[in-house]
Amino acid sequence: MSDPTATTGASTTGLSKVRRLPPEISILGVLLGIILVFEILGWIFIGESFILNKQRISIIILQVAVIGIIAVGVTQVIITAGVDLSSGSIVGFTAMVAASFSQSAANARAAFLDPFYAKLGLGWFIDSSPIWSILFGLLFGLLLGLMNGYIIAKTKIPPFIATLGMMVSVRGLAKWYTLGQPIALLNDSFTWFGQSFNVAGFPVPRPVIVFIIVAIICHIALTYTRYGKFTYAIGSNPQAARVSGIDIGKHLIKVYAVAGLLSGLAGVMTAARAQSGQPGMGVAYELDAIAATVIGGTSLAGGVGRITGTFIGTIILGVVTSGFTFLQVGAYYQEIVKGIIIVTAVVIDQQRQNRRRKTS
Amino acid sequence: MKAVRESGAIPGSEFLLEVDDVRKEFPGVVALDNVKFKLRRGSVHALMGENGAGKSTLMKIVAGIYTPDSGTFKLRGVDIRLKNPLDALENGIAMIHQELNLMGPMTVAENIWIRREPVNVLGFVNHGEMRRRTEELFRRLNIELDPMAEVRSLSVANRQMVEIAKAVSFNSDVLIMDEPTSALTEKEVTHLFTIIRALKADGKGIIYITHKMNELFEIADEVSVFRDGKYIATKMSKDVTRDEIIRMMVGRDITQMFPKETVPIGDVVLSVQNLTLDGIFHDVSFDVRAGEILGIAGLVGSGRSNIAETIFGVTPASSGTIAINGKPLAVTSPSIAMANGMAFLTEDRKETGCFLLLDIQQNTQMAVLQTKYVKLGFVKQHALTVDSKVMSDRLRVRTPDMQEPIINLSGGNQQKVLISRWLLTKPRILILDEPTRGIDVGAKAEIHRLVSELVKDGVAVIMISSEMPEVLGMSDRIMVVHEGRVTGFLDRKDADQIKIMELASH
Repeated sequence: MSDPTATTGASTTGLSKVRRLPPEISILGVLLGIILVFEILGWIFIGESFILNKQRISIIILQVAVIGIIAVGVTQVIITAGVDLSSGSIVGFTAMVAASFSQSAANARAAFLDPFYAKLGLGWFIDSSPIWSILFGLLFGLLLGLMNGYIIAKTKIPPFIATLGMMVSVRGLAKWYTLGQPIALLNDSFTWFGQSFNVAGFPVPRPVIVFIIVAIICHIALTYTRYGKFTYAIGSNPQAARVSGIDIGKHLIKVYAVAGLLSGLAGVMTAARAQSGQPGMGVAYELDAIAATVIGGTSLAGGVGRITGTFIGTIILGVVTSGFTFLQVGAYYQEIVKGIIIVTAVVIDQQRQNRRRKTS
Repeated sequence: MKAVRESGAIPGSEFLLEVDDVRKEFPGVVALDNVKFKLRRGSVHALMGENGAGKSTLMKIVAGIYTPDSGTFKLRGVDIRLKNPLDALENGIAMIHQELNLMGPMTVAENIWIRREPVNVLGFVNHGEMRRRTEELFRRLNIELDPMAEVRSLSVANRQMVEIAKAVSFNSDVLIMDEPTSALTEKEVTHLFTIIRALKADGKGIIYITHKMNELFEIADEVSVFRDGKYIATKMSKDVTRDEIIRMMVGRDITQMFPKETVPIGDVVLSVQNLTLDGIFHDVSFDVRAGEILGIAGLVGSGRSNIAETIFGVTPASSGTIAINGKPLAVTSPSIAMANGMAFLTEDRKETGCFLLLDIQQNTQMAVLQTKYVKLGFVKQHALTVDSKVMSDRLRVRTPDMQEPIINLSGGNQQKVLISRWLLTKPRILILDEPTRGIDVGAKAEIHRLVSELVKDGVAVIMISSEMPEVLGMSDRIMVVHEGRVTGFLDRKDADQIKIMELASH
């Protein structure tokens, strides 16, 4: 303020700079804190290290890779101040679709041998390339996401309701597809995508690689592209976005389509990893994905959030689950404590953000 | 708290409020640098200063929203430290906020008595009693409002009346009003002033933040001026002139308030014929030429802002035509308007302007991204950052850097950011709706100078404003709107305040 030019409000640089830490710092702190607690408890009660175990690290990430892929899409939806409840059901349906296109002829009860589907000529896909499984899984995810977006953009009903309806209907669709029967005995060429490969004795599951690639692509899209800028703008102030020339409806369709596509991808990975398709797959995944997103610092009110945060949030979910298993805590206790951790993590993050806003 | 209240009832203490040596720092900014301020019983004390001078910070301290880093604070002669806004309210200090803080879906009475509802023996709210108390309160203040009306159905002026009534219902004797007239029509302002005079006669002290000089001389007894977080002076308003105050506020003379230059006027750029939006405005026709400033005057609610919104495609017209450079065009969305060289600075910074959660850089670049600085979907951030910074410096946005969240800027600086957002799109037709509302004298002059520069480059400007001197000072022609219809055009040379008011109120 002693700067003479500031007297007339002269320059953008008239005031001293403020140091800004990346917003992920606090949530990374939470993650490290949780790991530390498990490490200490591990030495006390189990007598071994929690984190210095290659197998465990790989399992932690594998467990959450599918949730993570969904969460990357859900993060974008939540940044627009929306929500997507249909992801779990889309995972169930696309897992069924993907599985059905990779059945082996060895299975006399293969879904596409059923007269209903055989009549449509789908028998051709039995023992064919895994490309079809992936393609149709992604395609149906994309279509259902587009439908979400289209309904929200055109009818302007709350995303909560639109995607709630989609969640119920698509779960029904997944059951109807084979009249509730699971699809098993899939081709190895397809299940290959769900398996691990070794890097220097370190097992790396392929779904994890997919998760990381998806996270990187979407991080770049949100940070460096017009698509990303508009996503934040819509969540921050839809009226201002409209006056700035942004076609909100068109953009929301894109965002929900991306979320649907990623749910479809998650469905394909789920089927490949489980080597089967079951209509009950992915139940409540949407809630885990929302939890991971919110733990990662994305605001349900929209306008705020980053994929890097969601990535860390996803890992926290994984660490908590495997930490409890490692400590041999019973499954019921696990769920009770997991809920508490989700809420606590968000409370800590929010308080820190409030402090930051108040001081600046 | 009670104790303070009672001891404060000593009639002798001349000052309701005495603040001395108050200092408040925020990271990177000294918001208040040892300022002082005294409020007399039964007086209106105006606070003036440019945006960012520290008025709002000081008032937030008085209202218990911020705690000062140091300094003394006396209420009715007694030292006190306010813990929070509720504490302030219970000690008789009430702030009537610039952004009104009422709950829209609830009734007027519910809003006033929230947390203090009269209850019956069973603990249920006694709505009859609540209504009676509200009516009595309104009678005392000369307010005519239905206590059972939903607040969201009220006009801005009436909501403000509710806020004032609420403050009075706490028996507050220190009332802080932050630019209370910024959204009011002339008639409503007169009514507000009547109420303020009644409050004054009742022995209450009113702190009145304003940017409008004429209000200062009309309503205030004393005026304190602040600049850059420092206290400058306190004067009796009858002993001071307009020019003296401006000099104290900006620390220099502002030679020309409306730097209107005569520039050659070119061809018709925008032509509007029989434009109608059912139920809002009808048969609006006008032309704007390159290099011309067309002022639109009219009362709040006359439809002037709706006309602008329709031209820009925010609410597409029911009928009529819009032609740009002679070519008729269906403007059904803002992006179509922008693609044809239009830009629109909206009236309401907070609602339709700022992305409050985002930083200055993001706020500046959001409109231009529609058409420029993007390659294969990727934003050319480097070039955009450089150009945004140039624009920001040209408009003298006061901020540590472009990564500052816009929510931390003062109203005037936010407005400058929004103007730079539109200037980046290099518009040929610029629509400005209340471009200088709630902005200090210095920033106002800068914005006017900028508009003059733009028309020199052949930009056609449409400027809507409630401020007569601004419309008269800047416009080449003035179109007056009344109840959704154009009631007349005035040329710069024959326009004056009286003619405008005649057309605007018919």
